[in-house]
Amino acid sequence: MSSVRDTRPERDPTAGDADSTASAGAPSSSALSRLRAQLFSSTSPLWIFIALVVIVAVFGIMKPSSFLSSFDIKTIFINAAVALMLSVGMTYVIITAGIDLSVGSVLVFSGVLAAKVMISVGGGAAAAVNAGWGPILVGVAIGLLVGLGWGVINGILVAVFDIPPLIVTLGSFGMALGLADVLTGGTDIAGIPSKFNSTIGAGKLGPIPWLVFIAGIVTIVFGLVLHYTRFGRYTYAVGSNAEAARRAGVNVRAHLIKVYAIAGLLSGLGGVLSLAYFDTTTISGHTTDNLTAISAVVIGGTSLFGGSGTMFGTVVGVFIPVVLAAGLVIVGVQSFWQQVMIGAILVVAVYFDQLRRRARSKR
Amino acid sequence: MAESTPDRVGDVAAAPSGQPILEARGIVKTYGHVQALQGADFTAYAGDVVALIGDNGAGKSTLTKVISGVIAPDEGELLFDGQPVEIPSPAAAQRLGIETVFQDLALAPDLDGAANVYLGREVMRQGLLGKLGVLDKRAMRAGAVDSFASLGVAIRDADVPVAYLSGGQRQGVAVARAASWASKVIILDEPTAALGVVQTANVLDVIRRVRDRGLAVVLISHNMPEVLEVADRIEVLRLGRRVATFTRAEATLESLVGAMTGALSQEQQRR
Repeated sequence: MSSVRDTRPERDPTAGDADSTASAGAPSSSALSRLRAQLFSSTSPLWIFIALVVIVAVFGIMKPSSFLSSFDIKTIFINAAVALMLSVGMTYVIITAGIDLSVGSVLVFSGVLAAKVMISVGGGAAAAVNAGWGPILVGVAIGLLVGLGWGVINGILVAVFDIPPLIVTLGSFGMALGLADVLTGGTDIAGIPSKFNSTIGAGKLGPIPWLVFIAGIVTIVFGLVLHYTRFGRYTYAVGSNAEAARRAGVNVRAHLIKVYAIAGLLSGLGGVLSLAYFDTTTISGHTTDNLTAISAVVIGGTSLFGGSGTMFGTVVGVFIPVVLAAGLVIVGVQSFWQQVMIGAILVVAVYFDQLRRRARSKR
Repeated sequence: MAESTPDRVGDVAAAPSGQPILEARGIVKTYGHVQALQGADFTAYAGDVVALIGDNGAGKSTLTKVISGVIAPDEGELLFDGQPVEIPSPAAAQRLGIETVFQDLALAPDLDGAANVYLGREVMRQGLLGKLGVLDKRAMRAGAVDSFASLGVAIRDADVPVAYLSGGQRQGVAVARAASWASKVIILDEPTAALGVVQTANVLDVIRRVRDRGLAVVLISHNMPEVLEVADRIEVLRLGRRVATFTRAEATLESLVGAMTGALSQEQQRR
C-alpha cells in the first residue's frame, strides 16, 4: 500500500516450535493471565505509565507545596488538552502504519478560518469582540469542517493515489501553514468574540476547565471506538496486514480515508480549542506539533510499524512531556532539559518496540 | 475437447458421483509473453480432497487465484454447481462459499486468533451497542475456540496475537478461518510447506475433517507423499494445462512424477 508499510520486517513463518510450547503456561480462560499478559507485554503502556508516576512522585517530593497545587495540576491538564487532540488522531493514523505530519498546520489553518468566520459573521473587526454564540458556533463548525476536509484530502491521497503518507502529509503540512499565512499576511488574528475565550477558553464546568472536559470526553470516546468497535478492529487490521484485511473483505481504502479524516477533524478541534484558549490564532506556534504528537503516541507504546497501540498509552505519552516541562520549571531546572529527556525516552520507547518485534519474529 | 468426454482415463468408476461443485474449463491466463495457463481444466467434488500438483511454473498458483477470484482469466469458463459463474473478486468467491488459505496465510499478525477468524465478519453486540459498532468479543472468542477444537487445532489461548504463535498454529488459525466460513469449497495453497513433520500431520488431519463435513477440498502441494496420503483425487498440471487425473487408488509416486515431468500424459494423448 505504501512505502512506510513495506518496511515492516519479514515475518518468518518457518522454524515453528512444537505446537505445545508456544502457549504453554497460559491457561486459556484465566482472566488473570490475560490481564498479566496485557500489563507486562512490552507493547503495553504500563512501563511508561510507571515512568509518569515516578516523574510526578519525584517532583512531588522535591517541591510538594507547588507541584501538587491545584493551579499546577490545572495548568498541566490545560497544556495537555490541545496536544491530546492531535495525539488521539495520530494514534489512529500510526496504528494503520501511517503518519500525519500535517496536524499542527491543519490546527493553525482551522483556527485561522474559524477566527475569520467568527469575525465576519460577528459583524466585522470592531463589533465581533462582543458577538454572541451564533458567530462563535458558526466559526467552530467551520474550523472543524476545514480540519475534516484536510484529513479527507490526506486520506484520499494516501489510500487512493497510493502516495506514501510521509510525503502526502509533509505536503499538506506546508500547504496548510502556507495558506494560513497567505490568508492572514502572517500576522495573528485578534478580535474574536471575547465570550469564546471567557467560556470555552478560560471557563470551567464545575471544577473542570472546559478545555480539559472537552479533550477528556473526546479522548474517551475515540479510545472506546478504537478498542471496542469494528471500526477500531479494522484500524488495527489495516495496519497489521493491509492485504489480509483486503482479502477479508475490509474496504481498506475507505477505512484509511476515514482514519486520516479523524486526524484532520481532531486537528480542527485542536485549532478551535487553541483559539478559545489564547483568544487569538497562534500561527507560528505549531510547527513542531506534529513531532510532539508522534512522540507522544510512540512513547505510549504504539508501534510505528502499525497494528498495535493503545489510547491509554497515548494519554500517558502526552502527559509525560507536559509534566516534565512543568516540573522542571518548578524545581528550578532549565526547562530545555525537557527536550533532552523526551528525546531519550522516545528512542528507548522505539527500541522496546523493536525488541518486541524481534522476539516474536523468531517464533 | 474435454468438456464432452469424461476427463478421467481409466478409473472412471472411482470418480465421485454426481456433478462437480466447481469446474474450470479451458482457462487461459497470460502475463505479458508468459502463458501461465494455456487452457487448463480443473474439477472439484463435494466431500472430496483433490490435490492440484505440478512442477514450478506449471500454473498451480495462477489457477488457484482464478478459482478464488484473485485474478480474472483471459479465456475459459468457470462452473459452480453446474452453472456458469464469474468470480471477479475474493468477495465473490466467498459469497459462493469458496474460501482460500493462501500460502502467505493472510493473517493480521497483531490481532489474536479469534479476531483473525472473524476478520471482516465480526459479531456485533445485541441492541444499541451493536448498532454503535461495538464488537461482541466474547462470542467471537467462543466461536473461534469451538472452531479450533472441532478441527483439532491446538491453540490454547485465542487471545494471543498470531505473531506469537508457531508456524503450525498460525496455519491452524488460517485453516480454521477458512473452514469456519467455507460452505462449499476450501482451497489450501501449500499449507504444509513451512511446517515440520508433526504439524504437517495435524494439517492433513484438519483437511480430512473438513472433507468429512462435505466440503470440496482443493490442496495445492509439492509434496508427493503428502498428496498420496490425503488426496482422494489428483490432478496434474504441466505447462499451464491439466495433463493427467488420477484417483488415489491408481496414483503412484512414479505416475505422478511422470505426469508432472511430461514423461506421461493422459490427456494430451487423447487430444
